Amino acid sequence: MFGLEKRDTRLLIIVAIMALAAPFILNPFPTDSAMAQFNAGYPDLMQRFVIFGILAIGFNLLFGLTGYLSFGHAAFLGVGSYSAVWMFKLLGYNIIPGMVLSIIVSAVFALAIGYISLRRSGIYFSILTLAFAQMLFAIAYSDLIGRFFGTPITNGETGLQVYTSDPQYFHNENLPNIPHLFGQEMQSTYTLDVAGWSFDFSFGYYLCAIIMLLTFYLAIRIFRSPFGMMLRAVKSNQQRMNYTGLNTRPYTLAAFVISGMYAGLAGGLLASMDPLAGAERMQWTASGEVVLMTILGGAGTLIGPILGAGFIKYFENIFAKINDNVLHSWFSFMPDGIEDFMVTIIHPFVGKGWHLTLGLLFMLVVIFLPGGLVEGGQRIGRMFSRKKPSDDAADGTTTPAE
Amino acid sequence: MSFSNLTRRGLIKTSAVAGAGLALPTYLRADGHSGFTNAPTGDTVTLGFNVPQTGPYAEEGLDELRAQELAVQHLNGEGDGGMMNTFSSKALKGNGILGKKVAFVTGDTQTKSDAARASAKSMIEKDGAVMINGGSSSGVAVAVQGLCQEAGVIFMAGLTHSNDTTGKDRKANGFRHFFNGYMSAAALAPVLKNAYGSDRKAYHLTADYTWGWTQQESIAAATEAMGWETVNNVLTPLASTDFSSYIAPVLNSGADVLVLNHYGGNMVNSLTNAVQFDLLNKEVNGKKFEIVVPLYSELMAAGAGKNVEGVIGSMNWNWQLQDEGSKAFVKSFGEKYGRPPSNSAHTCYVQTLLYADAVEREGTFNPCGVVEALEDFEFDGLGNGPVLYRGDDHQCFKDVLVMKGKENPTNEYDTLEIVEVTPRAQVEYPHDHPMFAGGDLGKCNPGA
Repeated sequence: MFGLEKRDTRLLIIVAIMALAAPFILNPFPTDSAMAQFNAGYPDLMQRFVIFGILAIGFNLLFGLTGYLSFGHAAFLGVGSYSAVWMFKLLGYNIIPGMVLSIIVSAVFALAIGYISLRRSGIYFSILTLAFAQMLFAIAYSDLIGRFFGTPITNGETGLQVYTSDPQYFHNENLPNIPHLFGQEMQSTYTLDVAGWSFDFSFGYYLCAIIMLLTFYLAIRIFRSPFGMMLRAVKSNQQRMNYTGLNTRPYTLAAFVISGMYAGLAGGLLASMDPLAGAERMQWTASGEVVLMTILGGAGTLIGPILGAGFIKYFENIFAKINDNVLHSWFSFMPDGIEDFMVTIIHPFVGKGWHLTLGLLFMLVVIFLPGGLVEGGQRIGRMFSRKKPSDDAADGTTTPAE
Repeated sequence: MSFSNLTRRGLIKTSAVAGAGLALPTYLRADGHSGFTNAPTGDTVTLGFNVPQTGPYAEEGLDELRAQELAVQHLNGEGDGGMMNTFSSKALKGNGILGKKVAFVTGDTQTKSDAARASAKSMIEKDGAVMINGGSSSGVAVAVQGLCQEAGVIFMAGLTHSNDTTGKDRKANGFRHFFNGYMSAAALAPVLKNAYGSDRKAYHLTADYTWGWTQQESIAAATEAMGWETVNNVLTPLASTDFSSYIAPVLNSGADVLVLNHYGGNMVNSLTNAVQFDLLNKEVNGKKFEIVVPLYSELMAAGAGKNVEGVIGSMNWNWQLQDEGSKAFVKSFGEKYGRPPSNSAHTCYVQTLLYADAVEREGTFNPCGVVEALEDFEFDGLGNGPVLYRGDDHQCFKDVLVMKGKENPTNEYDTLEIVEVTPRAQVEYPHDHPMFAGGDLGKCNPGA
């Protein structure tokens, strides 16, 4: 279907079902139970899952296929967000112009940065992209361009917001005063209450999910195309390709720009869900996060980056919110001394210590599952499947790059 | 090996799926309207405490959290009741809010606008919080205030000192108890004139975000009005930890006063750097070199240690105040945590009580009711003397404290002394003052 091989079609359908049923899948615990702390099915987090999924899919097109490790992808995310918010400020809250501009602007930035950075490979390429991203971050953070023109362009640390005094050329009384798609508000949510469970169906989330599925489909087509084959050849031996008389740079540059456009789209969507663009989303830690997502999920696999993005965002948003009070309520059935002891033990790993837990898990994954979460899935799958797979490609639902 | 073999059947299938995808959102259109966002249904009501637990303002955030926890205890009738006993409004009875037990959720703003909004959103969407309180940075306060306005919940700002929070970024659903840069400047200027004379050259180091900008603007305007000259203003990134490269040029600039528009960890580091450069023992233009820190806090003073000795600044509230409200609050905070509360803790505690009181008086959690109850509300007994919540910009007006680093501190909390309590009349300004102009409260938003 859709011009895909059977295996890829199956993968696409699995991802589609996961994405569309996410409000159910992510809310497995009844609202009033103690485990409800671990529910992740609220609109904001679900949107983050799929938006960062798009970012990671795009990053994987570059890193997974060509092996070029960009350490500056957050820059495109930020550029996309700023473009979208500017469209909100100038034209109005319809998200279409914002998203189009965010893709165009990030493509232009990716072209310029890629043109220069791709003259080097390996660690030098990574350092160059990191340097560009940090420059863009510093420019946005201190609003250097804005100071030059005498009007805020990125609005520095405070972040770019929409004010009622902005022109908003196409805005009128009948349109909602928050981001919308032809009048349909992003935050409009239908809540379904079923016997203790509560499921949120948000318009914004489904819009993001459908866009994610489209970009995922596009990524599969790129993975399986002759162009994708060429990129993989770059990864396995670029020198040999050069000796055979092939100029690889147009291919890598194209991959870099496509990847940058994915990031820009993700940035535009992020701004559409929450109309504020802050400079922090361009910082090197944000770029590092994308790399972590891809490696954690499985670089070079189709579904890995989406899993990795979900994993990291889940930790950031769920574990960071567990405080001592919550811990006490969990262990309240124990005698006082033991309760306090348990809380003391777990305390460093939750709340503000969520980085620590994530770091430990990342170490475990990298040491024991070098192929990321996807490899974990494959191993489990192999444990239960009777036939001995003859090669890697034929067994699982996903295919490593090499 | 491209698979672009377009067939009639493939086309029909594709368009059917795409059509279903596009139709889905319209199907989800039906909204559950319950009057306002997160109307509490059970026997509890959830408040969201969104404070920095990591980053340069983490110390402040953790102290805010302590105070918020204490406020929840008092609202639920546990402990000694603290300032509820001295509060001029007697609507609160110690049985929760409107008879519902108060529960709370916490989140980490990381002192970043993005992270703060994500955290506040999860409180509103997942935990059903009806009010967001806390924060220790104006950048974050402005961002979260905007979010609360869109989502239709009440935002009771924590420590935010920028003019913009109730100036050009004011919102109908947002309220600020804390004072601001303009008030600091108005309170400090006369004291500085008495202490250092009216012929001084000031050099400003300013944290590069909304708070730093507006405070610098306010201080420069107030000191220039009394004859001072502003030699230079250098913006420093919020994330800086070493300010030596910014301090070195001060020595050659001809300035004889250094104004540090820094807060939290920034201020501790910049002040320490300045003292390391031995600025305080220098003589410039025949006058002793001085340092001014317009916005003080106990936690910063404790962090900077001996370096704050003799340095002048301003505060919203201090635990050494001797009125009944302050004494009651310091007592119950001290009994619970074994330390005096900071002024950021005080403001968060008071904001939580004020919200609960407004709900109780109005008889509803509806944000529009709360806004009505708080606008132009006059109260007393919460530690700052008589206070007015002005309806035009949702800013509190009260006395401002001018503080000085103590020369011989007796213990680690006794680092600051009160120089003067500037009366409220001296720091008042019209809501459309040029430094606050361009804002629009808009209409209160009750959300869904």
